[in-house]
Amino acid sequence: MTAPVETVMQTLPFNDAVPGAVLEQAKTGLVVAPDRVLELARYLRDEQGYDYCSMVTSIDWPQYLEVVYYLYGVAQSKEALVLRVRLADKGNPVMPSLTPVWPGADFQEREVYDMMGVRFEGHPNLRRILLWDGFDGFPLRKDYRESYYEEDSKPFKSRHPDGQHNWAEDRAPWKDNVSFPVGWDPDLWTSPQVEYRRIMGVDEGPRNGTDLRTERILVNMGPQHPSTHGVFRMVIAIEGENVVGLEPEMGYLHRCHEKIGERNTYIMNIPFTDRLDYISSMSNNLGYVLAVEKLMGVQVPERAEYLRVIMAEFTRIISHFIAVGFLFNDLGAYFTPALYGMRERELILDLFEGVSGSRMMCNYMRFGGVFADLPEGWIKRARELVWNRLPRVMEEFENLLSGNEIFLTRTRGTGVLTREEAVAYSMAGPMLRASGVPYDLRKVAPYSIYDRFEFDVCSRPEGDVWARFRVRMDEIYQSLRILKQAIEQLPEGPIMPPGKKQYQVRVPAGEAYSRIEGPKGELGFFVVSDGKPNPYRYHVRAPTFINLTSLEKMTIGHKVADAVVILGAIDIVLGEVDR
Amino acid sequence: MFGSGVLKGLGVTLKEFLATYIDDIKQVPSRYSGGKEVIDQSNVGEQDGLFTIQYPEERRKLPERFRYIPMLLYETNAETDARDPRCTACGICAKVCPPQCIWIVRDKDENGKPITRPAEFYIDATICMNCGLCAEFCPFDAIKMNHDFEIAAYKRMPHLVFDLDELSVPVSYYARIRPTDYGEEEAVRRAKESEKAAAKPADKPAKPAAAPSAAAASAPAAEAAPAAPVRRSPEEIERLKAEAAARRAAKAEGGEAAPAAPAPAGVSSKRTPEEIERLKAEAAARRAAKAAGEAPPAAEAEAAPAPPPPAPAASTGRNRSPEEIERLKAEAAARRAAKAAQGDKE
Repeated sequence: MTAPVETVMQTLPFNDAVPGAVLEQAKTGLVVAPDRVLELARYLRDEQGYDYCSMVTSIDWPQYLEVVYYLYGVAQSKEALVLRVRLADKGNPVMPSLTPVWPGADFQEREVYDMMGVRFEGHPNLRRILLWDGFDGFPLRKDYRESYYEEDSKPFKSRHPDGQHNWAEDRAPWKDNVSFPVGWDPDLWTSPQVEYRRIMGVDEGPRNGTDLRTERILVNMGPQHPSTHGVFRMVIAIEGENVVGLEPEMGYLHRCHEKIGERNTYIMNIPFTDRLDYISSMSNNLGYVLAVEKLMGVQVPERAEYLRVIMAEFTRIISHFIAVGFLFNDLGAYFTPALYGMRERELILDLFEGVSGSRMMCNYMRFGGVFADLPEGWIKRARELVWNRLPRVMEEFENLLSGNEIFLTRTRGTGVLTREEAVAYSMAGPMLRASGVPYDLRKVAPYSIYDRFEFDVCSRPEGDVWARFRVRMDEIYQSLRILKQAIEQLPEGPIMPPGKKQYQVRVPAGEAYSRIEGPKGELGFFVVSDGKPNPYRYHVRAPTFINLTSLEKMTIGHKVADAVVILGAIDIVLGEVDR
Repeated sequence: MFGSGVLKGLGVTLKEFLATYIDDIKQVPSRYSGGKEVIDQSNVGEQDGLFTIQYPEERRKLPERFRYIPMLLYETNAETDARDPRCTACGICAKVCPPQCIWIVRDKDENGKPITRPAEFYIDATICMNCGLCAEFCPFDAIKMNHDFEIAAYKRMPHLVFDLDELSVPVSYYARIRPTDYGEEEAVRRAKESEKAAAKPADKPAKPAAAPSAAAASAPAAEAAPAAPVRRSPEEIERLKAEAAARRAAKAEGGEAAPAAPAPAGVSSKRTPEEIERLKAEAAARRAAKAAGEAPPAAEAEAAPAPPPPAPAASTGRNRSPEEIERLKAEAAARRAAKAAQGDKE
């Protein structure tokens, strides 16, 4: 990514338009002055076409905190433009929020605040997002130590050759390691409702020229609610049946994947990525190994590339089957469509299990290749699925679902996002394409060997729940098309680059951001290496987390029952949202 | 027409409903007469209806690469019946383990010099994430992923912290559950051995002969490699069976009661003597179970009763006393033994 950024910088002298904004042209992006960044952002969006803020993250360098923005243009398929804001005062890092320019930065800036402690001035709702209010410290700072802290990086020395196994709970019993922020008393914790004033609004008094008052009620849907697809909470302000305000609450499944990732060696992270979006572990593997391979510069053998594409496309089919099936579950069709989807998924999981040894936690990709070659009979089973069974099942699905009047009535015109809104909110994947933006990374910025396959980008102009359903169904057909080509063309050959398999890979210092078109959207892995065996910084751009940014926008004005459907159409997986 | 979509959908549901029954009727022998216990689902994609299986009465046939908790392989010395663990305590598995659930203590000889053998080896199954990296990077093929996924226990500690005895399985068990991998590894091993054998006599006569000897060494290797089929050929199955039979015969002579495992050198400071006793009993039960799984059906009658001894000693206390836990464990072991023997029969 470094070279293209440089070329972009040479051709775009932003300092002419926004004097004093760009301080330095670093190899990895533009270093921007904190006080001019908002102005520069407006200029970039309006004049330069960088309308898509893909990823916001932060790095804790020894001298300063750095907030990084990755910007793209949806229409022009430009290379990434990277803005880097350096904040030297670690005690009180403040910078202006870019949420007014790119609303999609909302949750991501909150995450940076939560994890790194950077305060964004002008942010509409700057609260912790993944952690709770009584959490002390900022976990992604390098000086932060977790409760059962052992060492800064794995492998831990206590394991070998004199490993005495003992329990973290024994080493540091509960309460010895619990601390609260200064001035915070868990017993005096105020009612969380106070925080929802924003969505509750003020009581406006009598309406419609009558004396009748409508009372706003705050309803918690979740965290234990079957429609939220996991432990996710929607705080909804309602007037009667109508949703007037919504605040997503997440983080119940938070385990600080990124901190774990920084403690891990590079290869240890692969099985951890399985657990992000646990429906599509193969895609997660692929995204991560691509990021590290970018730094390492290894050449992946042909056969491994094909195997990767085959697995990634099968994963897309699985994920879309589940998305579609559970969308119907949310609509009240109960389990019938979901189970039909699940059944086909089982067959694909059988294939994954045959090749990788595990159904869901595949841990299949490796740096430079894949873990193992196909076992005997695998191709035969895959062919049966791709050529015969899945097309037949899709026909059945269409018969069962697509023409259903109840479904059409419920989904048409529900949760509409216009093209502009979808881009502004950094929607990704089927969500973005259902709003009429044919933005598919497999075409826009082909990775792996996707440029060799013939397929169409599925897109719909409607922008409602029905369009999202349709895009997913169409994408299954396209995935089958890719699979047919990939299986036909699958070459013989090695699956790993020559040389001994390394468990301690050498990753040169540098920074890489790889983004792939995961089943749920743009799945990005951001890896910063300082040459040590462990990544210095490791960040995941989780598509469903960012897709949730627009949930409030989509839901307001609809009924409570529609809120469930709209959420279902985003297709969230909490393992990835909460990380 | 309004409603046609709904009717079409109902038609699909009805078809699915009937298809499951038709699938079941077509099956020979019928699943519901107890004719099938392990269901091979490799052709299930051709069925129309549902293909759920009724666990635990029915089980899936696991693919060879299926991975669960790791296990440690040992060779059984044919003469002395002593266990010879393949593990050299090099610690690579502990270094590569993502959740760091492996603890190894390297063994020492009388003079206190470290030797290539583990004195203690723990895997915490509650932490293990079944990723298989340990097995992938073990240079000695000593740690492999087990297929046994039924390890539920009442307590985390110590039941799910497996020690060296509990983790150890004979190589023949590995050959049985993962024949393909075993075949490939054996081929590589044989190739290496023949290379060594070829190199040795060549080294002795004169140095200049080294170059041709290397060529000679690579020749048998090249020969051996294609001989290793990706899937086990009938010949190889025969060979494996013969090997297993020989080992079994050797074992039968030594008797099951000859536990070759040396007492752990350094006992964990946390373990009380009772606990050690209990753990030992447990390990014995486990070993018996494993042995039964390995033995032919004829031997199972003799092997299966082995674990029960602690059972009569069981107390009837409601709170689970150590004895009771032991009894439960022994029972479980016996069940496992029976199951394994059955699996063998099948």
